[in-house]
Amino acid sequence: MTDLSTPLGDDVLSLRAGDLVTLSGRVYTARDEAHLRMQEEGIPFDPEGAAVYHCGPIVHNGRVIAAGPTTSARMNTLTGFLLDSGVRALIGKGGMDETVRRAIAGRAVYLAFTGGCAALAASRMTLAGVWFEDLGMAEAVWGLDLDRLPLVVGMDAHGGDLFDEVKRQAHRRFEILRGKRGW
Amino acid sequence: MSVPEKTPLFHALAEATKSALRKAEIELPRDVMQALLRAARTETNPTARAELENILANVSEAATRNVPICQDTGVPVIYLTLPEGMAYTCRMSDAMREGVAAATVAIPLRPNVVDPLTRANTGTNCGRGMPAVHVRSGDVFEVTVLPKGAGSENVSRIGMLLPSEKDAIGRFVTETMLLAGGKPCPPVVLGVGIGSTFDGVAALAKEALLQPIDDMTEYEQDLCDAVNSLGIGPMGLGGDTTALAVKVRRGDCHTASLPVAVNVQCWACRRATEKVLVP
Repeated sequence: MTDLSTPLGDDVLSLRAGDLVTLSGRVYTARDEAHLRMQEEGIPFDPEGAAVYHCGPIVHNGRVIAAGPTTSARMNTLTGFLLDSGVRALIGKGGMDETVRRAIAGRAVYLAFTGGCAALAASRMTLAGVWFEDLGMAEAVWGLDLDRLPLVVGMDAHGGDLFDEVKRQAHRRFEILRGKRGW
Repeated sequence: MSVPEKTPLFHALAEATKSALRKAEIELPRDVMQALLRAARTETNPTARAELENILANVSEAATRNVPICQDTGVPVIYLTLPEGMAYTCRMSDAMREGVAAATVAIPLRPNVVDPLTRANTGTNCGRGMPAVHVRSGDVFEVTVLPKGAGSENVSRIGMLLPSEKDAIGRFVTETMLLAGGKPCPPVVLGVGIGSTFDGVAALAKEALLQPIDDMTEYEQDLCDAVNSLGIGPMGLGGDTTALAVKVRRGDCHTASLPVAVNVQCWACRRATEKVLVP
């Protein structure tokens, strides 16, 4: 288990897909709308070594109530500018596509957080700020201070992609099953 | 036009609906907890074990904080059971809507219900055909809720197989999970409907999700083993635990058809029942 904290640096380069890590320090949430806004108006936080969390939290009276990950693949085509600006980690669920796999090579990682674990996430974070609140609660950019959020390296900086590996293996195993069961 | 009076029955049904939703959203059914604990014990893949541990920690955090297990609190699917001699009325439908709207504010739930085309959110989790209500007959007046999340609902499938293809049911079920991969937040529970009609088979698949998952028939276990042999694992990160269970419900069908439906359910297999106690 590797304990990471933001701002991240070249330490992310030594990670391999499948490694278990924890992440502490400031991260920023962003979903579809926030990505579009940041492309137009600029990134409202220091992107150097930053981590971006694909999440639309439920915030109530200055407290994070629920903050599970959303499906990262929706941000596949919206992510390049963040990496070019120095973002070192993307956090979400379900993994991202080949474009992102190529874009993170040599500089960043994709960290998977367990889908649906909104209460666990909320218990490991405190609210640190908000931008673009006019986009609504789910789509705004929230600054969150993490305390050892447990994550898995889904895609590493060397082309390793656990989601893709598992998918390929599942297809091979399905073909074996078809043969065995006469499907 | 006068507003119809809210009878004791109306209040009791609204309250039971709200209370069942609260229970379902915050606490997993015992059989689902047992299945998750068993999976965490037997899983051999370290990544998968870590995912299952996160899930178990999340369930316990949700209970401690009295908050929903997952931020996708789903859309309200309701099974209303009426005893012999009791007729379903429009007022019962109104009462369940009131219960859903009240639960949305009180728990709180994420307002998920929108117009399919304009995507305008109703704000109350009620709308045209929402809650989705199924009326059945039984011994007691009770309401069962099954809040259904979108990640898993979106990868559900229906197939009109040929009568000669009954051996291909396993292929269809397994292929559904192969195509879904990590998207529905596995480990999943698969509700499988076999037979009936095009619409009926989908209803059977969803009803299959109401059954306890601590017991599987030989047929269900065989489907479950086939799905688990894919190695998709929790969240699609690999592992032995892709499905916690497969549950099947059958209905008789036309001699020329073989409808099959697979309703995919994420690990947060939420369901709860409350008796409707009319004073």
